[in-house]
Amino acid sequence: MKPNMIIVGMADLKVCKNPEILTTLGLGSCVGIALYDKINKVAGLAHAMLPDSASFTNNSNRMKFVDTSITDLIVKMCVQGAEKRNIKAKIAGGAQMFAHSSTNESMRIGDRNVEATVTILRKLGIPLLAKETGDTYGRTVELYSEDGRFVIKTISHGIKTI
Amino acid sequence: MDKFALNQMHLDVLKEVGSIGTSHAVTSLSVILNKKVGMGLPKVSLVDFGEVSNFVGGAESIVAGILVHLSGDINGMMMFLTEEKCCKPLVSELFGGTGMDFSGEGADEAVLSALSEVGNILAGAYLSSFADLIQKKIRPSAPLVCIDMAQAILSVPAIEFGKISDKVLLIESVFESGDMDISGYFLLIPDFESFKTIFSSLGV
Repeated sequence: MKPNMIIVGMADLKVCKNPEILTTLGLGSCVGIALYDKINKVAGLAHAMLPDSASFTNNSNRMKFVDTSITDLIVKMCVQGAEKRNIKAKIAGGAQMFAHSSTNESMRIGDRNVEATVTILRKLGIPLLAKETGDTYGRTVELYSEDGRFVIKTISHGIKTI
Repeated sequence: MDKFALNQMHLDVLKEVGSIGTSHAVTSLSVILNKKVGMGLPKVSLVDFGEVSNFVGGAESIVAGILVHLSGDINGMMMFLTEEKCCKPLVSELFGGTGMDFSGEGADEAVLSALSEVGNILAGAYLSSFADLIQKKIRPSAPLVCIDMAQAILSVPAIEFGKISDKVLLIESVFESGDMDISGYFLLIPDFESFKTIFSSLGV
């Protein structure tokens, strides 16, 4: 039987255990944060839109932001049997979909999402194993809870596993 | 939106805005193509972030997005979306007689630049009628074009909404030309302050 594939939407996060698979479709400027505990085989995936919950007054949906979604994801994973000291990260996304507009600050949001993710992970002491970020194309990602492989699919830039 | 409740009258006004804008854009398109172009009734909907790509055929459907930034009295974005398979018929029809080649080497670049011109024409017509209606000045930026997964393209306006809200307000108008199989969507995405400007200029 094929393992269950669980879809994580925009501004959403989900946790699963071996052998289930987490996926999020069409990451653009948003960032996909994959966390994995190799020992207990617990995986978590977040699809965050904005870098920092403290910079926005409307922050009731914690899953919108990089910082709050990472902390919430870790808590959820630990409930499912993960241990924080085992958790390692891989990230993808943070593209600038409409190129040639880098002068516009709001269009650099992809870069800022990636920068925020790297900073928060470092602050929490979670090793960042690999990233596939930036550039100008969309990405669909799949996180396999059996071994933590993170597969990145694109339309014109092929498939990559990190 | 979260900070002010939209009532039925607000929604009706936004529908009207979408309808007038689209009908002008469709008219200009129909003149250039010398073909009949029809439009559907506009829809105004407040959707969750996870649902934004549903209306264009799902998160991974391949679409072309043409993005125009708005400044002046109204700030925000306007986006024109069409399925990838409509791009070539649309640009060949528009620029077929001009010697531009959309089949050989470098065709993708030519399609992108032609699409950007389509964006200029459509956004110009849409926005000038919208500006007349609310008697405000709206300056569109040069159009930016991207062909990719629908959700990835729509993340750009969704993130703008994410700064102020937990939902996305879509003013969606559809047009189609039967014999050419071209259809597309216009999305008007004013920022939070600009919504207030729109409503107050229309007395709502």
